[in-house]
Amino acid sequence: MHEGHEEKKKAMPWTKVCIDKNEFEAGLGREGLRGISYREAIREAQRQMMEKDERVFILGEGVDDPGGIFGTTSGLGERFGQERVMDVAIAENGITGVAIGAAMAGMKPVFVHMRMDFLPMCMDQIFNHAAKWYYMTGGAVNVPIVIRSIIGRGWGSAAQHSQALHALFTHIPGLKVAIPSTPYDAKGLLIGALEDGNPVMFVEHRWVYDYVGYVPEEIYKIPLGKGVIRKPGRDITIVAISQMVYEAMKAAKVLAAEGIDVEVIDPRSLKPLDEELIFESVKKTGHLLIADVACKTGGVGAEIACRVCESVLEYLKAPVARVNFPDVPTPCSPVLEEAFYPSSTDIINSIKRVINHGRSKESTSQHYYACAQ
Amino acid sequence: MPVCAEPEIPVSIQIELLRLMLLMRRFEEKIIEVYPAQDMKTPVHLYIGEEAIAAGVCVHLRRDDVIFSTHRSHGHCLAKGMSPQALLAEFYGRVTGCCKGKGGSMHPVDPDNGILGTSAIVGGGIALAVGAALAAKMKKTDSLAVTFFGDGATDEGIFHESLNFASLKKLPVIFVCENNFYATNSPQRARQPHDNIAKRAAGYAIPGFQIDGNDVLGIYNLAKIACRRARYGLGPTLVECRTYRWKGHVGPDCDYEKGCRPKDELEDWMEKCPVKAYSEYLIANDLVDAAEIKKLTSLIDRELDEALKSAQAGAYPELADLYRDVYYESTAVN
Repeated sequence: MHEGHEEKKKAMPWTKVCIDKNEFEAGLGREGLRGISYREAIREAQRQMMEKDERVFILGEGVDDPGGIFGTTSGLGERFGQERVMDVAIAENGITGVAIGAAMAGMKPVFVHMRMDFLPMCMDQIFNHAAKWYYMTGGAVNVPIVIRSIIGRGWGSAAQHSQALHALFTHIPGLKVAIPSTPYDAKGLLIGALEDGNPVMFVEHRWVYDYVGYVPEEIYKIPLGKGVIRKPGRDITIVAISQMVYEAMKAAKVLAAEGIDVEVIDPRSLKPLDEELIFESVKKTGHLLIADVACKTGGVGAEIACRVCESVLEYLKAPVARVNFPDVPTPCSPVLEEAFYPSSTDIINSIKRVINHGRSKESTSQHYYACAQ
Repeated sequence: MPVCAEPEIPVSIQIELLRLMLLMRRFEEKIIEVYPAQDMKTPVHLYIGEEAIAAGVCVHLRRDDVIFSTHRSHGHCLAKGMSPQALLAEFYGRVTGCCKGKGGSMHPVDPDNGILGTSAIVGGGIALAVGAALAAKMKKTDSLAVTFFGDGATDEGIFHESLNFASLKKLPVIFVCENNFYATNSPQRARQPHDNIAKRAAGYAIPGFQIDGNDVLGIYNLAKIACRRARYGLGPTLVECRTYRWKGHVGPDCDYEKGCRPKDELEDWMEKCPVKAYSEYLIANDLVDAAEIKKLTSLIDRELDEALKSAQAGAYPELADLYRDVYYESTAVN
């Protein structure tokens, strides 16, 4: 169990972020640590949990396809058979109900959706049934179900194949939301989700599937609700969600050269949220930026900013900033797509505005102008 | 319908069917008695008029068989063996209730009796029952699942999704549609192009039967076949029981006063009262006499009065309970 070590501020192999196999091999790989991709980490977690616990099974449209949900279920159908790796009809709400009913009756289903955009089809069963059941039955029946979904991006995927809807699920009591950014966390959190006993929304990002990182071979669990410091720093806290962790790390590197020391926090779960980790960081840095892979209004950034204001407002030296998608549906044209998705440059610019807040009238007015956009 | 002909049903079961129906009827009538006091603060959806269905189906079920019901669930729960006291305490919002006061009348639960919780979202329980049936099949048991739902639920997409999946996987589940011809106040003719719900089974390649929902022995015989199919791995059955609810959609009153339904329609169905018809049948066949029915009824009344008293005497939840049981907390060491 590696989890206990994560308390340490020093970057440990399991907190390290590597963009590609080359970067991994140049670093941790040379120390003899095993590196696998995010997609392989998810596949391995499922395979090991299915071997360990016969109640675990996977269902979803295309889970036994040659593509294997971007490779995250490849080979599992052959290994465990169609009864436990079950291709199902495109009947999202009904199949969600079937999975929930199976969970109530003692199974541990993993329901997989190729895109998060398909989850609105399941809202009745997720919101009204899975989320409510344990409370509504006075703790008599729990629903141990994991719902995997993938945030798409790029290649003109447009408005119905690239949404990130994690904030919606954080609003509903009874649900948990995990959103891993690294291969290590993808495996550990998926195992944590499967052993949690509650309905867990497990949110993946397609762009990180190829990223390679240190992943131990054995089964290990990351409990939901524990964030991690990706990079310690003194001047500003970035809470970076999902793929934004990588953009935040890039931004931190650039800003370090300019003398701005950024602390990057990856919450890993949005519900429960490791708010103490964020509060402690803000107490130290006095500045906060939240970078999310979703639209701004009503998003997770608003919740985090508000909690910081409720609990540690006196430590804030400048207004909180957010980097998000604009409040528009995702466009198709590569030109518009480019403008839609924020990058490390947007993070850098936002950080500079926050850090420079109050230093000159001009920069302040620029900041408010930026906030109003 | 041939399945309804010449039932050879053991006398003890015939009497048990009567007991269950009387229990359901008197339970709901007790609620009507106490409801005006306004201290049972939960919306009640009464089952009066439909008792033959729960009795005829549930009498076949084992403890490990699972049922999923609806907002109109009292009858199903009682017929499946649930304690009236646990139900009534729940309706009074007491911590001694089956959901510790968190669920009320629409969400009863009793895992020991195969009631894994109850959804009050129309159609919601249909998929859950299919899931429980899937679990039974994956665990290689011969237990089964029953889902009770109304004619309104067959308008929902989840009805189609669930029957399709259950048939494909040959799951041990019985779909029992209690067609009382109204979804809240909307008549079936305003919602469906024809009134034969059983026919829809053909689209899923499963057997579908339409039956008089007030004929307890007919339902008993049909449910017996459906249970056998489920336990032998032959897959699901759809049973449409045509019946009528005497009271309004919710609450203890009749709704014809509000113009929701015609009075003469209610009166016609009251003439076909399932409890009365079955009692008369048993008497005519010398299986029981009027005095014995009266005795049985007073035994049930005594049981219900005690349950009611005990329910009313139960403690309310602590305020701290507001925050309890939102999330399951694993006790497993790992």
